[in-house]
Amino acid sequence: MNATAIRAGFSTSVQDLGRTGSREFGVSAGGALDPHALRVANLLVGNAESAAGLEVTFGGLRLRFADDRIVTWCGGDFEARIGSIVLPLGHPGLVHGGEDFSIESPAIGCRAWLAISGGIDAPIVLGSRSADLKSGFGGLDGRPLRDGEEFPLGKNSDHAATLIEKLQAPRVAPWKPPHNWSSTAVRDPSLRFIRGSDLNHRAPGVIDTFRTRSFFVSPDSDRMGVRLDGPRLERSYEIDLVSEAVAPGTVQVPPSGKPILLLNDCQTIGGYPKLAHVITVDLPIAAQLRPGDTVRFREVSLADAHRALNERERDLEQFRCGLESHFT
Amino acid sequence: MEITPLGDCAVLIRVAENFEVAPESALQHVLATHRQLAAAKIPGVIELAAAYTTVALFYDPLSVIAAGAPVENVFGWLEQRIYEAVSEKEDSCADPLNVSEIEIPVCYDSEFGFDLDEVARRAGLNPKQVVDLHSGAEYRVHCVGFIGGFPFLGGLPAKLATPRRETPRKEIPPGSIGIGGKQTGVYPIKSPGGWNIIGRTPLRLFDPQKNPPGVLRAGDRIRFRSISRGEFERSAK
Repeated sequence: MNATAIRAGFSTSVQDLGRTGSREFGVSAGGALDPHALRVANLLVGNAESAAGLEVTFGGLRLRFADDRIVTWCGGDFEARIGSIVLPLGHPGLVHGGEDFSIESPAIGCRAWLAISGGIDAPIVLGSRSADLKSGFGGLDGRPLRDGEEFPLGKNSDHAATLIEKLQAPRVAPWKPPHNWSSTAVRDPSLRFIRGSDLNHRAPGVIDTFRTRSFFVSPDSDRMGVRLDGPRLERSYEIDLVSEAVAPGTVQVPPSGKPILLLNDCQTIGGYPKLAHVITVDLPIAAQLRPGDTVRFREVSLADAHRALNERERDLEQFRCGLESHFT
Repeated sequence: MEITPLGDCAVLIRVAENFEVAPESALQHVLATHRQLAAAKIPGVIELAAAYTTVALFYDPLSVIAAGAPVENVFGWLEQRIYEAVSEKEDSCADPLNVSEIEIPVCYDSEFGFDLDEVARRAGLNPKQVVDLHSGAEYRVHCVGFIGGFPFLGGLPAKLATPRRETPRKEIPPGSIGIGGKQTGVYPIKSPGGWNIIGRTPLRLFDPQKNPPGVLRAGDRIRFRSISRGEFERSAK
């Protein structure tokens, strides 16, 4: 069964949890910029956590399904509706076949992850259904969704079928995930980072500038990276590093002195000094930054980063168990 | 050897100090380390990626913790396993390196080699001499990255070194052969880029529908063979 994009929105793409194993061929990890949000949304609609959903950037999306589907969404502060019924963030809702589901532009943040029961049945390329928009493969022919485009959905799971029966009336389920999971959009956020290894190449004090000042998000930010403007980060001397691996979260400083926070579609290697790495659990917050937003950075230890990730995973496990009762 | 965190899901293992001074030995070192780490099958390791003087090891912290690493010291636990893996070498260093020798046919016609004249002018050569030099040398892949399948090749004759273009092109056709500084490479897919374009290959070096998606890997030996426009057209079909 299919879904149709009546309106595709500003930039909507098919994303799952990304691809691994092809980095040595220069292929980016890709995948949802907030994989946690997509996992949570998938669980809520009865999908496998790794099912493909839609990453909606700046809203403007209107979908119609051929049959009944359970949907939910996590991410920025958007307004979503099933027909005229409001579907608040993180609540599963039933959309009947032929009915419209829409996500309008956000008040805070810029991205939402929409899970549709059955998942999006885009072909698996290099182990993932995610669209690699830079290289033009995966998802829907490696490009964003288009107005009027039809795309295939997988079969509703037994869990989704149960929800479809339960949610005939009211159409929106009363349960939702913990607020700080489903909503990652915060004004003027502070992102936690660990120090990069190239600090010795940089003027003393650069890290102090980085952790004490505010930076602005520049308009040419995208899934490859958040480009930051603000106090210039000086180099003590010009160096020519040979390229080496970079990763989502890496903050690199090009000769302009304006740092770039790399996101999932970043290239696999880079030759700019690496000043810092934003920790994995805070990357969802970075994914909500939009042009003009301000952001600050706060240093933590690598152990702090791993502890935070481990705790979040434990909480997710509990949440997963807690959901079981809704599917019976 | 130096091991440093590359964020909280990867470490960077630097096995050689100075690439410029001894590129060949750096490459040998990197390839050997890559092979040892792959053989060690350290729990939680997702993938390895070699580049110039480093091997990056990407891991899933949760799997590493599940395999017994203390949450407070995931890095130390990994570091110890990496050292163990690398010290295995002494027993089995006779292993030949698994590298391919690949010939890449290139049509150096001016229609494809937008910057061939400019490269020649800077080198004080004529275009034919540039082609002879470029297709006469043997290259090594030091790294694949930037975009899917893009090989960074060492071994460019010093005369042909040409600085990157001041303004990068918005779109470079797939198969374009470029020179950027002291390196040469191939744009496997359509991409923006700042290298000087001197020719084009009909060979498809990257295809995400295939596994593996790329033809070239770090360590491979490359030669370019000059082909006519006619041969280009025939093999591009």
